[in-house]
Amino acid sequence: MTLALAGSEAAARLDKSLAAGIAGLNPDSLLVKSEFLFDIAAFLKDEPGLNFNYLVHITAIDYCDYFELVYHLVSLKHNHSLVIKTRCTDRKTPTIPSVVSLWRGAELQEREIFDLMGINFEGHPNMKRIFLWEGFQGHPLRKDFTDGS
Amino acid sequence: MALKTELFVINLGPLHPSTHGVFRMLATMDGEVIVELEPVFGYLHRGIEKLAENRTYKQNIPFTDRMDYIASMSNELSYVMAVEKLAGIQVPERAEYLRVIMAELQRIASHLIAVGSLANDLGAFQTPFLYMFRERERILDLFDMVCGQRLLYNYMRFGGVSHDIPDEFLPALKKLLKHFPGFIAEYDQLLADNEILLARTKGIGVLPKKLAISSSASGPVLRASGVKWDIRKADPYSVYDRFDFDIPTGSAGDCYDRYRVRIAEMYQSIRILNQAIEQLPSGNVLNKVPLRFRPPVGEAFAHIEAPKGELGFYIVSDGSEKPYRFHVRSSILINLTALRDMIIGWKLADAIVTFGSIDICLGEVDR
Amino acid sequence: MEVGKGHVYSGAELDIHEGKMIEELKERSRDIIPDPDSWLTDELRQNILLTTVDAALNWARRTAIWPVISFPACCAFEFMGAAASRFDISRFGMEIVRASPRQADLMITAGTLTWKMAPQIKRLYDQMAEPKWVIAMGACGISGGVFKGSYSVVPGYNHIVPVDVYVPGCPPRPEALLYGIQMLREKIKRRKSFVEEKK
Repeated sequence: MTLALAGSEAAARLDKSLAAGIAGLNPDSLLVKSEFLFDIAAFLKDEPGLNFNYLVHITAIDYCDYFELVYHLVSLKHNHSLVIKTRCTDRKTPTIPSVVSLWRGAELQEREIFDLMGINFEGHPNMKRIFLWEGFQGHPLRKDFTDGS
Repeated sequence: MALKTELFVINLGPLHPSTHGVFRMLATMDGEVIVELEPVFGYLHRGIEKLAENRTYKQNIPFTDRMDYIASMSNELSYVMAVEKLAGIQVPERAEYLRVIMAELQRIASHLIAVGSLANDLGAFQTPFLYMFRERERILDLFDMVCGQRLLYNYMRFGGVSHDIPDEFLPALKKLLKHFPGFIAEYDQLLADNEILLARTKGIGVLPKKLAISSSASGPVLRASGVKWDIRKADPYSVYDRFDFDIPTGSAGDCYDRYRVRIAEMYQSIRILNQAIEQLPSGNVLNKVPLRFRPPVGEAFAHIEAPKGELGFYIVSDGSEKPYRFHVRSSILINLTALRDMIIGWKLADAIVTFGSIDICLGEVDR
Repeated sequence: MEVGKGHVYSGAELDIHEGKMIEELKERSRDIIPDPDSWLTDELRQNILLTTVDAALNWARRTAIWPVISFPACCAFEFMGAAASRFDISRFGMEIVRASPRQADLMITAGTLTWKMAPQIKRLYDQMAEPKWVIAMGACGISGGVFKGSYSVVPGYNHIVPVDVYVPGCPPRPEALLYGIQMLREKIKRRKSFVEEKK
């Protein structure tokens, strides 16, 4: 079985310099501040004891007050998994650091989130709409989206 | 003296016989060689994730069917597992075995199409494809027997499956399983040592192990690159921990290995099916779930080893009858991340083969 | 008119006239009328069929309908099922699926149409040579099906191209598609190319 790490377990193994980036601990996830997301992700990937070398998926949820991004990570070596989450309160130009340089698998998924949820990923090599056409108004997965037609 | 050449762009798709659906590739060519590639998605983007937010949990099962429409049973299994995890629903043992039987039959059906259409892309126009379709029809007959549909089944439910198998199902399945290894061996014999297939797939479209992991590839694409990672073993779901089977892997990560892994997986599926029939318990197949089904507030992620890779559903519930968020971890979209790296530097004809060897279904890529 | 005043012609006059006609015809009919096809050889004579131009044209058109590739989604696999070994669409002279619209006369719209795909389908249809037909296959092709109401789905192909035959089902079984094709063949059979139909 893949061992799902609790938020507190992962937080205990984080480097001391990253402790400031932790915003909350849940039994099934680790909530981090968005400005620390990239550093924490890089640490989780490179630390030999954790070695989260495989990004299962990324998704974004619109909670109206804020957007929540969910990253599912797995280590193929140790067969354990971790969920990290981050939040973004800015609705007008939400921006989150991109993790494409760590996991190439994020490339299309971040474009998908940009297209459907309207979250901009800083540092993404090709940030443009993936499914909908240029000129489409709005981002459909937002809760306040209304179809023009 | 180097010849002076000029770059030009070839547009493939969105309707092209080799793109397996509505997929578009913009290839920048230097003579015969592709120097840059831009995949264009979205020609089948139907907005399933948004539509699902406005329908009840049960009404969403047919949507999952229509994602990877070659492997509907696997999609349903993944979705109902996610909702069961969210609401803590127990599944009767017989239903678990029926789910495994359906999922493995579906894997064989899907791999048959993958192998058949790969041969089609190689230029073996129609013949292997028709052979594979003939065998696939036998599996569709079994599904037809179970739920009355040939393609989009709507068979699984929260807490089990919609109804038990008819009496004639097991004898028919046993008969099929008896003959099936012979069919696969026959086709493999026709194809595996075929000089054209070897020349066109060996060493072509290589996905190195490191890139395969970093680009989150899954399923046969990941395993052909030499990574022994199968959700059925790594994170066993349903009753997969009760069966004895191997995980076939490749080493080179080229188109030929992806083909070989699929052929080998079909044999393993037959092994699982034989064991599942033997162990199949009797009893109830569906636990009662309230009609106005409302899972508690929370979120759940469940993933399975679908024929094309790791398929997962991430469901967020706000306690109402409808999911607050319905996210699909699409195996094929993510498998396509490394497409550019696999194709650049090869000739256009190799690009078609590489693309075919990934085995895609646009319904799940675009959703 | 007065009744009972006798005939307005004499009986002899009529009889003489009739006798003359008989005699004349008898005179003319001494020889056998030659068969108009007598100049034809035996072999040729067995190979001639008299028909109208319309019937001949329609027969030619309906017995070899070549479909164009326009298979966006799920129904494509039921179309392939219909084309493959068991259902064998080649019985209708349709086994050749053309990749080029210029060589095809039938568009089977197997799958959901999205607005992003719609311009391509429109162009494909425009490129097909006349006369051309469209079969809307499946619920999505008819009305958008389960995806009707989505922000990116066209609610039915008939918003983009004129549809001749609708085949319901999600997806329709190959048998249903074959029945739809037979309906289309009936429709082509009744087509009139040269006579204006009465309004």
